[in-house]
Amino acid sequence: MNPDDLLYASSHEWVRRGDPATIGITHFAQDQLGDVVYVELPVVGAVLSAGEIFGNVESVKTASDLYAPVSGTVVETNTQLVESPELLNTSPYDKGWLIKVKLDNEEDLGNLLDRAAYETNVAH
Amino acid sequence: MGAVVPCHSASVFCMCWRVESLSIDNTAEITLRHTPLFSEHQRLKARLAPFGEWEKPIDYGSIIEEHNATRRKAGLFDLSHMGEFIVSGPQALELISVLLTNDPRVLNPGQGQYALMCRDDGTIVDDVIVYKLPGQGPTPYLLVVNAGNMDKDWQWVQQVCAKEGLAGDSTVENRSDQTALIAVQGPLAEEIVATSAEESLANVTPFSIREAAIRGIPCMIARTGYTGEDGFEIFVSAERALDLWTIIHGIGGPSGLRPVGLGARDTLRLEARLPLYGNDIDDTTTPLEAGLGRWVKLDKPRFCGKEAIETQKREGIRRTLVGLKMTDRSVPRAHYPVLSPVGAEIGIVTSGSFSPTLGYGIALAYVPPAYAEVGSAVQVDIRSHPHPALVVKTPFYRRRKATTI
Repeated sequence: MNPDDLLYASSHEWVRRGDPATIGITHFAQDQLGDVVYVELPVVGAVLSAGEIFGNVESVKTASDLYAPVSGTVVETNTQLVESPELLNTSPYDKGWLIKVKLDNEEDLGNLLDRAAYETNVAH
Repeated sequence: MGAVVPCHSASVFCMCWRVESLSIDNTAEITLRHTPLFSEHQRLKARLAPFGEWEKPIDYGSIIEEHNATRRKAGLFDLSHMGEFIVSGPQALELISVLLTNDPRVLNPGQGQYALMCRDDGTIVDDVIVYKLPGQGPTPYLLVVNAGNMDKDWQWVQQVCAKEGLAGDSTVENRSDQTALIAVQGPLAEEIVATSAEESLANVTPFSIREAAIRGIPCMIARTGYTGEDGFEIFVSAERALDLWTIIHGIGGPSGLRPVGLGARDTLRLEARLPLYGNDIDDTTTPLEAGLGRWVKLDKPRFCGKEAIETQKREGIRRTLVGLKMTDRSVPRAHYPVLSPVGAEIGIVTSGSFSPTLGYGIALAYVPPAYAEVGSAVQVDIRSHPHPALVVKTPFYRRRKATTI
């Protein structure tokens, strides 16, 4: 279910390595939220700090903050989510990506979990 | 993001969820109650969550799909957590007349009405539906109460009995554990329930109740609901609940009937502006503040709360429950502050959600009467940012009545 090539935060965001890195939320997160109706994302150029809130996802039943898994600068946001927020439910690892970030420090990635560690985390 | 868990903070009946930024709590050892349909919900892979003292389905996959199914076809609901009190004997009518703000004296056998149960100070103990059960002679009354209020309601009823010199024990009986409740709501509800019961329900008018047998299962069919659609609520013994659910689901399934959880029940009732006890009305609010004056019969000689409500009517209310429509894409939620156009805090959201039918955020909120006029501009404080909203007419959604050819 969760791709092997991603890194995960215990707060249920994923990071795809690259320059820039891509950030989204996990299948588990979208399943807990239910039908997503609105995604509030930072603007291009915004500076993120690991562990800080960078946006918000509204589903029918709840609102949930998004936490930056890494520090860096936002270089692109997924504009398709404005019209189609449900992409977070139907395609959390692909079409439902949130933002692309130029990392301040590659070493941030070392603080994240691999798939197995994340899944263990979710199970407990 | 964090884990989503039901909100326990405000009241047992709060239909909101809060986000838990810590890990998910799988250690809930408190024993939650289950309705007779619990195994069926598990079989249907419902997403379950605590709801007051019950573990109930929030959804069976998608709140939006269940909401739309109820608006367009039909939804099947397990409401067996609701409470049922039977009031009988020579003092039955006297007791419920004193307990309720509406006038049950006008009910003929087989008729029901919505009512509030108020304290002497006019605050609301619960909102209920009372039916005079069908039959000959002095038939009993059925009082359907909110699950989260059942113990409180029972104590209040006994207290009123004592004060009135009525025999509480012989007059009121709590039948909640023995009684299950299944609702079928939506434009196809009549066809589905009539086919199940193998009889026409055309003369079961809104708020009436009749005895029936659905494929041999004795039940009581009432034309009531909590969705803004036409529909039925069917009372059945706890032992036969699963059989009845299975029969109705089997008959309605091919035409689009689908199980609906508490998530869509909340969005459906909010669009229809049906108040939720614990959110929009509670131990601190009065019927006049909540816009429920229609169901308060001040011409009735006496009932609990009458003097206080008369006084409030004379002196005027200081807050009133209004409908809000967000004019941006934000979603209001219970407990968010309502702000004036210049940012002063003027009120509070009591229920809020994205409206699946309308496609924007809607809310019920208490504001001072000065801001209550339709078209008034206000703001809702969402995570410390003001978002624009308008006071709008309610209900937010009104179904189109069937047209005659």
